[in-house]
Order: sequence, then C-alpha cells, then structure tokens
Amino acid sequence: MPRETDAIMKVKDLPPGFTAEPGSTLEFKTGDWRSARPVLDREKCIYCGFCYIYCPDGVYQDMGKDEKWFKPDLDYCKGCGVCAQECPKKCIEMVLEEV
Amino acid sequence: MPAKPIGLEVSLAVAEAVRLCDADVVAAYPITPQTHIVEHLSELVADGKLDAAYIPVESEQSAMSSCIGSAAAGARTFTATSSQGLALMNEMVYIAPTLRTPVVMAIVNRALSAPINIWNDHSDIMSVRDAGWIALFAENGQEALDLTILAFRIAEDRRVSLPVSINIDGFTLSHFIEPVILPEIEEVAAFLPPFDPLVKLDIAKPISMGLLAMPESYTEARKATDDVLLGSKAVVKEAFADFGKRFGREYRTVETYRTEGAETVLVMMGSIAETAMTAVDEMRAQGEKVGIARIRLWRPFPVEEFKAAVAGARRLAVIDRHLVMGAPDGPVALEIKSLMYADERRPEITNYIVGLGGRDVTREDFKYITKKAQEPGAHVRPRYDLVGVWE
Repeated sequence: MPRETDAIMKVKDLPPGFTAEPGSTLEFKTGDWRSARPVLDREKCIYCGFCYIYCPDGVYQDMGKDEKWFKPDLDYCKGCGVCAQECPKKCIEMVLEEV
Repeated sequence: MPAKPIGLEVSLAVAEAVRLCDADVVAAYPITPQTHIVEHLSELVADGKLDAAYIPVESEQSAMSSCIGSAAAGARTFTATSSQGLALMNEMVYIAPTLRTPVVMAIVNRALSAPINIWNDHSDIMSVRDAGWIALFAENGQEALDLTILAFRIAEDRRVSLPVSINIDGFTLSHFIEPVILPEIEEVAAFLPPFDPLVKLDIAKPISMGLLAMPESYTEARKATDDVLLGSKAVVKEAFADFGKRFGREYRTVETYRTEGAETVLVMMGSIAETAMTAVDEMRAQGEKVGIARIRLWRPFPVEEFKAAVAGARRLAVIDRHLVMGAPDGPVALEIKSLMYADERRPEITNYIVGLGGRDVTREDFKYITKKAQEPGAHVRPRYDLVGVWE
C-alpha cells in the first residue's frame, strides 16, 4: 500500500474531468522506462536523418548543418531501438543502462 | 388550459423531447429498435424545427466519440442506440463519465447477440452497468418523454456533469403509440437552463482532456468519478421535485405500488411494471398481500430509498431481464442481495429472470413468481429461476 506521503494527487484535489494544462506531457519524463540507450558513433554517421524520421517518440533533435548529427533527448527516449534498427550505417548501438 | 394528451409513438415522443430541450448536436447511427428516435430527429433538423448539427456517423463507436467531443465543446448533446450498437460503443461509453461530458443517450433496450435477436430485454444496458453513467428506466411513454427532459437537466448540472442514459424497453415501449402530454417549449426552457459546461474545450483557455493516469493517480481518478456519481442522487431527486412542481408529474427514484401491508414485494425495472400492476390488483382482490417496488434510478443505486420502499416486506421477489452467465443471480438480484445482507430485517430474497429476447411477460408470470417466492426455503435456492424456460 502506498504511503500518504507518496500521493501525487488526492481525490479532492483532482481537476474535474481529469484535465491538465496543455503540453503537460513535457513534465512526464518517460526516459526512465528505458532499459537501453542509443549511443551514436559520429565517425560513421552520414547525417541522413533516418533516426530522426523513424523515432516513434520524436526525441531526436537536428543539431544543424555545422554539427551534422541528430541528438536523442534522453529525458523522453524509451530505448525502443527503432533508430538503431533503421540506421543504414549501423552507427547507433543500444547500450544497456546501468542499474 | 391544461395540456391535452396526444397519441404519439414513444420513440417520436423521445425525439420531440430532444427538440423541446433544444439540443445542439445529435450524433447517431441507426439500429433497431432505436431507429425511429434518430430518424425523427434527422427530420426535425432537416425541416428546420430543431437547430442542431446532425452527424450521421459511420458507427456507434464514432457516435459516442462525436458526442463526447461535442459535449466537451459545450454543446447540448444527444444520441440513441440499442444492443449491438451499445456494445460497439462500449469503449467510448466508459470514457464519458471521468471526462465529465454530460451526454444524454436513449438506450432502447434490446437483447445482445448471439443468437441475433432484435427484441427487448436488459442485457445491453447491463453491459455498461459499471461505466459511471447515471441510468434511468422508463415505464411508459410519458415517463420516457419526461425522463429525457430530466436527463439533460441532471447531466448538465455543474454538480453532476455526467452522462445519463434513459432506458426504454424496445418495441414493447418504444414502438407503442401512447397518450403523451408534450410540454410547451417555454416551460422546458424555464426548467432547463442553458448549458454552462463544467469542463470545456475553449481555445481562449486551453486544456488537455483524455489523459493517461499512472498507477499513482488512476485509483484517485476512478474514486473521484464514483464520488460524483454517488453524489448525483441528490441532484436527481432535486430535479424530480422541481419537475413535479412545474409539470405536475411526480417522479421518485424508487416507485412503489400497493406495498402497504405487503408481505411479498415484486422488484423490477422498466415497462413490465405496467403489466405487474394489473397482476397485483388481481392478486390483491384474492387477498394476496403483494406489492411492487420499481427501480427508476438504477445508477447511482438509491440504497436508502430502496430500503425504505421495501421496509416491512417479508420477502422480495426480484425480477431480472438479463441472465448473468456464470453467476448465481441476475444483475438486479445480485445487487439487492448484497445491499440487504447487512439489513436488520433481512427479507427472504428470490430471483426470477423473465422476458429474455422479447419473450412475453404476462400477468400469469407475476402470479407464478409471487407463489414461488412464498414456497418454504425458496430463498436458499442456489440459483435464479428462469421463468418459463422449456427444458
């Protein structure tokens, strides 16, 4: 049974209709569901953007023409590995998270 | 001058009630035996007699999705369905209460498949029994019309803001032409204030609806919905009382008939109570101490009102219109046994399942049930009595 101090919201404090401010998903850091993280070998990366396009959660950010790579936001990356699977140069390795 | 009753098919009376309530959106898919309601509403909209958006959706799942969206946008919203349509709608039916979207739905009760059967019983509504909707059962045409008006008033009350279903027995009630009094549109407008939503999608003040709840908050969200549903009983009673004052027709959450000194009380919901009253009159004439308690408000269950209605009865014969597969009793009996277990005067409770898939329920059935309920040890039978089954 959870302790009362663990309560994030009590029944009486819930907004009617269980609504929230728009964009509140940003506060919900789903990255901690991850068991493995994508690690990019930038030497082999050709800046094709497949990881950016295929990522089901849209966590990749285009670092621009100067840097020429896409960076995953690990606050939200769930570690599904789709980017590593689709990368044509196989330059993304899924590395197990240390517990 | 008092309003004069007119002869009207009950389905059309329900549609006329929706017109009188000046609904903004009707999203529905035709299904027997509910079709006449939405058919008539589409005519009213096409003829300019009801200023509403009529959305001819491609399925009932879409119908309820549209209704939830339109109620969330602040539109007075109505739909109607039956049986398989309600089953297809099920996913969205469960979503409307916690979102606090006050959709009003007429459920013209029809048996669920298989086998396919278009006739009346209560299996469809029982499939959404636990969803969090307020559920009302009509006995006759006037009540179907009145409860439709009441449903909007109760649903949209900011203390409630929950969806409401009006249950109308398929064919045996929906397709009968009955004398009904249509209130004046001004009287209805005075009874039903403009819809001022509690939860509203508004571009000036954006909110997110239909959220995910993790294990840390799902329990609380469900409890909050149940609290509102249980608390809605007071608003239902208040609306019934105000309706009675304005329109002269009194409604209670549980209706009784000849329960004074009754040793056996027949408990039921819906239109079969009309036949049961005649049977009770005949049995009373023979000296049988029998009466009726008819549950009008099924959800939230009116526990105190029900107990008061049957106080003094030695035995309750609970009559169900749905067979709960694998359970010892029908849904109404299961509920009543549960709530009467801790009652000091715990009456003997027996359960009878009648009228499945449109099988006639006759005066003789009620006499049989009354007799069976009085047999010594009847209440310790391990299982319901499926009345009239040919084995």
